[in-house]
Amino acid sequence: MTPRTLVDKIWDAHVVRHREGEPDLLYVDLHLVHEVTSPQAFEGLRLAGRRVRRPDLVFAVLDHNVPTWPRTQPVTDPISRRQIEALERNAREFGIRLEGLLSRRQGIVHIIGPELGLTLPGMLIVCGDSHTATHGALGALAFGIGTSEVEHVLATQILPQRRPRTMEIRVEGALPPGTTAKDLILGIIRHIGVGGGIGHVVEYTGSTIRALSMEGRLTVCNMTIEGGARAGLIAPDETTFAYIEGRPYAPRGAAWERALACWRTLPTDPGAAYDRRVEIDASTIEPFVTWGTTPAQSEPVTGRVPDPDAHPDPRERAAMRRALQYMALEPGTPIQEIAIDRVFIGSCTNARLEDLRAAARVVAGRRVSPRVRAMVVPGSQQVKAAAEREGLDRVFTGAGFEWREAGCSMCLGMNPDILGPGERCASTSNRNFEGRQGPGGRTHLVSPAMAAAAAIAGHFVDVRDWRV
Amino acid sequence: MQPFTTHTGIVVPFDRVDVDTDTITPAQFLKRIERTGYGDVLFHSLRYRPDGTPDPEFVLNKPAYRDGTVLVTGRNFGCGSSREHAAWALQDYGFRVIIAPSFADIFANNAAQIGLLTIVLPEERVRAMLDAAAREGYQVSVDLERQTVTDAFGHRDAFEIDPFKKHCLLNGLDAIGLTLQHEAEIARFEATRPDWMPRVTLQDA
Repeated sequence: MTPRTLVDKIWDAHVVRHREGEPDLLYVDLHLVHEVTSPQAFEGLRLAGRRVRRPDLVFAVLDHNVPTWPRTQPVTDPISRRQIEALERNAREFGIRLEGLLSRRQGIVHIIGPELGLTLPGMLIVCGDSHTATHGALGALAFGIGTSEVEHVLATQILPQRRPRTMEIRVEGALPPGTTAKDLILGIIRHIGVGGGIGHVVEYTGSTIRALSMEGRLTVCNMTIEGGARAGLIAPDETTFAYIEGRPYAPRGAAWERALACWRTLPTDPGAAYDRRVEIDASTIEPFVTWGTTPAQSEPVTGRVPDPDAHPDPRERAAMRRALQYMALEPGTPIQEIAIDRVFIGSCTNARLEDLRAAARVVAGRRVSPRVRAMVVPGSQQVKAAAEREGLDRVFTGAGFEWREAGCSMCLGMNPDILGPGERCASTSNRNFEGRQGPGGRTHLVSPAMAAAAAIAGHFVDVRDWRV
Repeated sequence: MQPFTTHTGIVVPFDRVDVDTDTITPAQFLKRIERTGYGDVLFHSLRYRPDGTPDPEFVLNKPAYRDGTVLVTGRNFGCGSSREHAAWALQDYGFRVIIAPSFADIFANNAAQIGLLTIVLPEERVRAMLDAAAREGYQVSVDLERQTVTDAFGHRDAFEIDPFKKHCLLNGLDAIGLTLQHEAEIARFEATRPDWMPRVTLQDA
């Protein structure tokens, strides 16, 4: 048989109908739903008199616009409240499970899927959200879709798709001390560019990837879309199986053994061909800080804001100048001299327990700079509870951080946690687009440890110098 | 979906690369539960000044482009979030066609779902169109059946499009209806799914 890649194997196992010249009809194993991209899809079903074909394969959660203040307080924004109530109503009407505001399992959709054992190797998972790529860390083919496609999957459990091209991103070697999975993915995006993965699904391979914890793998796959590819996968291995075993929705007993037997057949066969290959040397990874308005515009923390005039491509020069103007930065400024006003530790990229531990190690025994307002938003209520059991909340609040309830929060500025115009933020999230964290806000993407160090110092610092 | 056959319209030049969907439709406007009415917030932070008045320097606010229906722009248009609101806003504003050297995958899918045509042309042709559209009243005609973009100066560009997508666009087909025709195949497949796949329960697992 022809050697196949991980992506090929999952794809082939989900083709319900294949006809030359038409997209394949793929069966969706799990459809994750949140309040922002679903109301118009449910309305479409109602208007057409259609039902949800498999409510038992749909899982809904409130995360994007929920306030992160205590859950006993009301949602004060009437438009947000209306959207929250719409999902509550739709879940009731169509018989779909919803983790609501008071659920102990509520959290960011891409945090709780893996956490609950809903995300398993070999599955095909979709969600009306581009960071669905996150779930690829467990060896699932998972990607974001638009609202029309959400409606399509609700009605049919099918997504018509053209087979994407495949790209292998191989990373070899040990990550240097003080660098993290976040720095690795920022480095990868810096290398391939924000459009580098268009039309492709990425498989991350190599010794560096194998050595990552599951939480680090989730961070890497999460930002795959920032390089233009809709999905990023890592072949399942013992790290994956150990992570899954015992989680609420994970198979048990004989079903676990059958699942394991299947999962062990998933990794790419020797000699299988990818359409494109990229190699990254892990020793080149440093703590990165974005200076611009795309996730590819980053420099090592020891570097300086680049000079647009030095770039050979006129389009790129124009884009760099616009980015520097928006970010209010001068070429040549050392990254470590950039002072910040806000720090956000959270998001589906970096709000798991390992991320909070890394940040807390930096914060312990120190104080947030008086000029900085800093907040930690755990990725889920379960992450929050686990962190509190370890006393991380007290480390953060003792240093002057706000410790908040779970949600997407300031990653995309749909809830009350937003930057004011001109405010500058060190953020562990995934996008530094203009206005992403609030109109006029300026975002610098960094790892949790780097964000924590910046909160203490009031400006970017090289966390490697802190010996934590 | 609204069918797309041919369209002639004024070209609006938007000379930027990597235009993200937050720029097309900022998050603060995603809280609505309706599908229409996003045209007014299209490119909000570029189109309006902080005090809410239109910025006369932004291309959509220039009188010459007020009736524009064909947007020509830089590579990787529509990157970032999967929000279909971005495609809705462009269509609701009045755009029928977007031309660029490349599009983000999810955005291109979303546009096709609603009958907004995305056309990929080589960088140098997009550059030429951006330059031509700097003059007032530059129009192009798009013929989806023939897969051509032509202008009054005799330029004619051929473009590639997925044949199935073309068929759906030309006929304004209901994608869900098409899939539902294959119910028997779906049911057959469904019966063979592995038993270890999770099923969501209304009570805690």
